[in-house]
Parts: sequence; structure tokens; C-alpha cells
Amino acid sequence: MVTSTERDRTVAAEVAESVTDPELPMLTLADLGVLREVTVTDTGGVVVTITPTYSGCPALTEMRTDLHRRLTAAGYADVRIRTELSPPWSSSWLTERGRRKLAEHGIHPPDERAGEWAPGNGGAGPVPLTLGPPRREIRCPQCDSPATERTSEFSATACKALYRCLDCREPFEYFKEI
Amino acid sequence: MSFDNAYEAIAETHPEGDARWAFGTGFDDPLSGVDTTLPAGVDTGDLAAYCLMLGDDALILSQRLTEWVTCAHELEDEVALANIALDLLGQARMLLSRAGSVEGLGRDEDALAYFRSEPEFRNVRLVELPGGDFGRTIAALLVSSTWRLALLNRLVSSTDPVLAAIAAKAVKEVTYHREYAARWAVRLGDGTEYSAERLRSGFADVLPLVDELFTGHAVERRLAASGVAVDSTELREEFDGVLAQVAEQALLRLPEVNRVGSVGGLAGRDGVHTEHLGYLLAEMQSLARSDPEATW
Repeated sequence: MVTSTERDRTVAAEVAESVTDPELPMLTLADLGVLREVTVTDTGGVVVTITPTYSGCPALTEMRTDLHRRLTAAGYADVRIRTELSPPWSSSWLTERGRRKLAEHGIHPPDERAGEWAPGNGGAGPVPLTLGPPRREIRCPQCDSPATERTSEFSATACKALYRCLDCREPFEYFKEI
Repeated sequence: MSFDNAYEAIAETHPEGDARWAFGTGFDDPLSGVDTTLPAGVDTGDLAAYCLMLGDDALILSQRLTEWVTCAHELEDEVALANIALDLLGQARMLLSRAGSVEGLGRDEDALAYFRSEPEFRNVRLVELPGGDFGRTIAALLVSSTWRLALLNRLVSSTDPVLAAIAAKAVKEVTYHREYAARWAVRLGDGTEYSAERLRSGFADVLPLVDELFTGHAVERRLAASGVAVDSTELREEFDGVLAQVAEQALLRLPEVNRVGSVGGLAGRDGVHTEHLGYLLAEMQSLARSDPEATW
């Protein structure tokens, strides 16, 4: 038997999962992996737990607002948005669908093997520097050429780097591993 | 001023007239929803002071890096420096919020950032060094990010869950900051004679202030004993190793410099700063201080 609390939770989760990222509108918060948990209290209140991508990410504010607004519009009177910092968000939390959506929009998805990946981080212990060329082949999302180069490790949002294709000459963004 | 959501903040009526000069962000507390329970047996004065130290380092460096926006040599580097500044500002906001809530005097991040005067700031003097010279910015960023990364890597095991969580988030960001500075150091050092000289001269400005990073302040040491903080004296070896590695790649001979000492045993962590901090604060705080009742 499905209790009303379970039904409530399912509906609330569906609403929360459909909220999109303010800076990457092709991704839902669920695709991005910032949506951690949706629970419903005994009194019918909704508690949504999210996690920031970067410490200074200004989009977090908008995410909280959007979640609050959408859930309130869906009829939940008591909505609380919690922020959970630990464990820290990782780009490996992007869903398969999220990665596909990024690629469709010309943004190269991050390396999916990167569990606790950080640049030059081979695992535990002090991080060695990587002063050499990029670690792996990055193909142009426009023309699929492997001849690309990084123009900046940073881009218009905290989570992306800038690249350009040396064949089609188009610039493109790369979703960074973190 | 606090709101449950941004729309409420934007849509509010403004009885205070034009006192409020920015809208839509008043509801946001960087530690909103985070469990901020204090670990048992920790001296709150020490914890608040420690959070201020790490928060002020990030805040002041962030402000310095932001000065490059609109005047860096390439758009890509302007974007990079702004992003690094934004990461540091995010870290500063969380640390200052933590400091404010731990000290319990009702000061929030804004009160701490905008309404403290020079001697109340607890940052190391190195982050105060003026910008405007890319060689010096890269030298300062390499030194500070190498130090901060070594510290954060250890702080992730702090017995204070909030500091541990802030560090776990920040460690990944600062890894990118150090990469950026190290790549530029190599590019300048292994570039032309002129670029190598500019980098060397940048290090000549920065290195005199390096020892202060590893002093091991009394607050740090007391908190390190209970596993809350990192004793910065332990970071020197890793720091020297990374710097030597970059210097070798950059064909850079680190200049011999005279170290800047403390003032009667006091330095940045005690509120004794260089003359540069006052000018930086004047710019950073002027808007908030010109109308102390304003909220944003």
C-alpha cells in the first residue's frame, strides 16, 4: 500500500528533479548532481537537500529560490532547502543524461572516471603538479577533431574551462573535473 | 535583511527609501542549512579567531585579484583571475559566517567584511601586496595557493565538521588556482629575458613575506592540539618542495631577499599589517560604510 507520505515524497521529488540549473538551463538539478535528497515530514513539509558545485557559485542562491518557488507552486506550504557541504560535490555526479545534454549543447562533458579527481591528483597525499600538456584527448564538440587546445582553465561560469578547436577554429567550453 | 527567497527580496516594499542599494540577495546565508553545531570542548574564541584568519586571507586576496577585472592583458586571464577571486570569496563567506556565528556577537559575514578596521583583520601580510603587476600577482598567487592547498589538504580531517566540509570543497578549487599560477610561472620564467625578469622581480616582492605563513600562531597551535586546526609550521616542507619544482621548470632562480620580520613579535595574524591593507579596505568598504544602514 502506498501511503500518502510516500506519494507526497514522490511528487515533491519529481518537482524538485525537474528544476533546471540557472546557468546551464539544459541541465536539471538532478542531472547536475546537486540535488541530494527530497524528504517529506510527518506534517507534510518538504525538505530538499542540495550541495554547492563551487564555494562561490552564485547560482546556488537561484537554485534555492527556484526549488522553493516550484515546490510552493505545487502546493507544498512548508518547504525547507538545506545545504549539505559534505561530501563535496564532484563532477562525476553528473548523470548520463546530463553528460549527453552538455555535449548536445556544445559543452564537452567532464571525464567520467574522475571520482575524486583533481588536476594532477593521483590519489591520496600531496597533489603533484602537472605542468605538462592536458592529460587526455579532448575532441571538438562541433567537428570531433582531436586537435584542440585549452585557452583558459576558467570560463564564464566556475565549472567550465575554455578550449578552441584548431581545425574548425570554433571556441568551446569544457565542463571541468572537480 | 533576510528573506526566504530571492523573489521575496526583490519584490519587497522599501520603506527605508533609497537606503538599500542592491536587491535580491538579502536572504542568502552561505552556511544556510548547514549543521553548525560546535564540536565539544573547543574554545569558541580560538575557533572564531581561526576562521577569521583563513577567511581574511581569502577575502583580501580575492579583492586584490578582482582589481584585474577590466585591465588584465588577455580576456582569458581576466576571466581566470575573476574565477579564482570568486572561489576565494565563496570560501571567505563561509569562513566569516562561521566566525560570526561561533563568536556569538551577532556579527554576520557583511559586518565582518565591511565594518572591521585594519587592526581587526587577521590575514597574513602577503595577500595585501599591491596588484597591478602581473609578475607579482603570479608570484603571490603561486605562493599563497601552494600554502593554502597544503593547509586545506590537512584541514579536511579537522575535528570541526564545518571546517572539514569547507576545506573539502575548497581543496579542489585551490588545486586549480595553484595550477594556473604554476603554469604562468613556467610560461613567464621560460619565456623571454624580459618576462623572466618580471617574474623574478615579482618573487623578490613576495618572498620577504613568506615566513609569516609558517609561524604557527598561538591560536593555531592550541586548536591544532585538539585536531581542529592545522599547525602551519608543518606545511613548510611541502611548500618548499612545490616551489622548487615550479622554479626548476620555470628556469627561475628564486632571488635572495631580506625577510620582513614581525613588529615586536606581532604580524598579520595579530592585526599588524602593511601600509597596503588600509588602501585596499578603503576601496572595499567605502560603499558599505557610506551608508551603514544599507542592506543588499
